[in-house]
Amino acid sequence: MLEVRDLEVAFGPVAPLSGVSFSLAKGEKLGIVGESGSGKSLTAMSVMGLLPLSGGRITGGSIVFDGQELTTLAESAYRKLRGRRLGLITQNPMTSLDPLQKIGPQVDAVAVLHLSMNASEARTRTVEILGTLRIPEPALICDRYPHQMSGGMKQRIVIAMALAADPDVLVADEPTTALDVTVQAQIIRLLDDLVKERDLALVLITHDMSVVAQTCDKVVVMYAGRAIEYGPVEAIFDAPQHPYTQALINCIPKGLSTDEHLSGISGTVPTVSNYPKGCAFHPRCDRAKNICTSERPAFITYGNNAAACHFAGDDR
Amino acid sequence: MLLRYIFYRSLMLIPVSISISVVIFLIVHLLPGDPIDNLIRVGSSPDDRLALITKYGLDQPLFVQYYRWISAMFQGDFGEAIVLRRPVADLISQNLPYSLTLGGLAFAFSSIVGIILGTISATTRSAIVKQFMRGFILLGSTVPGFWLALLMILFFAVQLQWFPVSGAKGWDSLVLPVLTIGFGGVALVARVTRVALLDVRREDFVTLLHAKGLSMRTILVRHLMPHAMLPVVTILALRIGWILGGAVTVEFVFGRPGLGLLLIRALGQRDYPVVQGCLLMLALAVMLGTLIGDVAQAAMDPRIREEKT
Ligand SMILES: Nc1ncnc2c1ncn2[C@@H]1O[C@H](COP(=O)(O)OP(=O)(O)OP(=O)(O)O)[C@@H](O)[C@H]1O
Ligand code: SF4
Ligand SMILES: [Mg+2]
Repeated sequence: MLEVRDLEVAFGPVAPLSGVSFSLAKGEKLGIVGESGSGKSLTAMSVMGLLPLSGGRITGGSIVFDGQELTTLAESAYRKLRGRRLGLITQNPMTSLDPLQKIGPQVDAVAVLHLSMNASEARTRTVEILGTLRIPEPALICDRYPHQMSGGMKQRIVIAMALAADPDVLVADEPTTALDVTVQAQIIRLLDDLVKERDLALVLITHDMSVVAQTCDKVVVMYAGRAIEYGPVEAIFDAPQHPYTQALINCIPKGLSTDEHLSGISGTVPTVSNYPKGCAFHPRCDRAKNICTSERPAFITYGNNAAACHFAGDDR
Repeated sequence: MLLRYIFYRSLMLIPVSISISVVIFLIVHLLPGDPIDNLIRVGSSPDDRLALITKYGLDQPLFVQYYRWISAMFQGDFGEAIVLRRPVADLISQNLPYSLTLGGLAFAFSSIVGIILGTISATTRSAIVKQFMRGFILLGSTVPGFWLALLMILFFAVQLQWFPVSGAKGWDSLVLPVLTIGFGGVALVARVTRVALLDVRREDFVTLLHAKGLSMRTILVRHLMPHAMLPVVTILALRIGWILGGAVTVEFVFGRPGLGLLLIRALGQRDYPVVQGCLLMLALAVMLGTLIGDVAQAAMDPRIREEKT
């Protein structure tokens, strides 16, 4: 359904993202994890074709969706995919709805635009979708304004907008980061159910390795603008190849359900301007050797995983 | 909801108008000189003068005079012009339409043209247009209006003789005064519109609008413009007072009849009732302007509607 190969993104001379690859079929859930600034949102925006909004540009690689190359697609054609076949959910539901408009029309707009419905057909559909998202009294909610609702409710509205035209791919960029812990679990469960019911392909971007473990089929681990490990969730949790992935997994408190995050790894993420030479992780890696400071490790398959580490696959 | 907001917002006008009337009264009466000097003929006796003073109640304590003025006002009686010897209400209703036309046109001119130019400069992709707009906005916000007025009179009225230099005959006599008052407003409104549009374009929800597949045009018209209009409406409401002030001087410069000319003449003659009446009308217009601005904001933004009621 969706295949990303060696994606590379640049903002003028700065290239904060390169070498990201993954593929995703219908009904599959792909997790993208990584610390803040590792390029997760840039990956999401690339897939949605929305990089130009922030002045960015895809400079290499390809994104193939349903047999169609997206990186060279004309904006007018891309617009027919967005909202229709590619849905997006963003991080902060507090700011992701137009505060001046009622909820109803904001959701209706999608069906009016893509399914050529008239206003009342679209509203019927909106009410129906809100109902399936377990929003109480959906007809009344349509007449509310965003500021009259809780964060969790607003995020459901955003999900409703993304689903209104029955997309094939749903890109969820940290859909729960801004929400209360209890609501987080509800939203993740909701997304999980939606993938099953609608046979969606889900890209779930998150900081939280335990969410990936519980929800996803595949995972891309990102560090400093690159994918450093990619594979099926079981394989990666059983035998992580990259030291960074191993550190991430060790950070999940065993058997405890506290919301421990990636901050457990010592050191800080490099920023675009000072990505280290060689393997970007070497200043924080306890297995780093000389070669790590000079040569960038290639992305090579080991068993079911693929990892970018000079010593991946070695027995330790 | 909106009706309730309008009701409460209008209630607030009562204390404001009362304090404004006091201030106007005091300013007018504390000015040096009095209207009687303009009335008495050379050689008349001090007794004549005293009689006149008593006739117009100018011998009473200030608060009594204020009370008389304000209670008459409540019955719609603006009093009688001392020097011009005509009901103030007549004078005002005769001159007001001229000022309203001028002010209204200048207001419409600066808001419509300003919003259009601001939108173009925020959305155009052409570097030349962008540069031109920036230059225009800079020019409009730095060049003083009266200087521009003189230039325009010299060029369009004296040199080219397209428009009359002064007077209020025909529509063409309005062109230069409207341009004079409106020009600074155009630049200001264009700047506010531009900044507001660029600001709102960076908001999260705009990313999601694009993600819905909406076209840039739809997003601009249905979502960005309403947001950009919030600060523009605030500025425009404040601008009403400025435009009326502008009308006062411009009427003087172009010799147009109107509240401004009436006011300046009455001030020279210390014709208290006329000055008070004119100032009160101007203050009222400013208050109504801000009221309309606030109500428009509340009508546009549900968050304001709720906050203030
Ligand atoms: N508009 C931009 N111009 C220049 N650089 C940018 C721009 N947007 C993002 N970047 C760079 O790209 C890098 C990756 O950003 P991205 O938003 O993808 O991170 P992220 O993984 O989503 O982080 P977070 O978890 O905080 O959301 C950042 O380090 C940032 O410096
Ligand atoms: S390449 Fe070297 S520095 Fe990078 S992760 Fe592997 S061992 Fe560590
Ligand atoms: Mg992000």
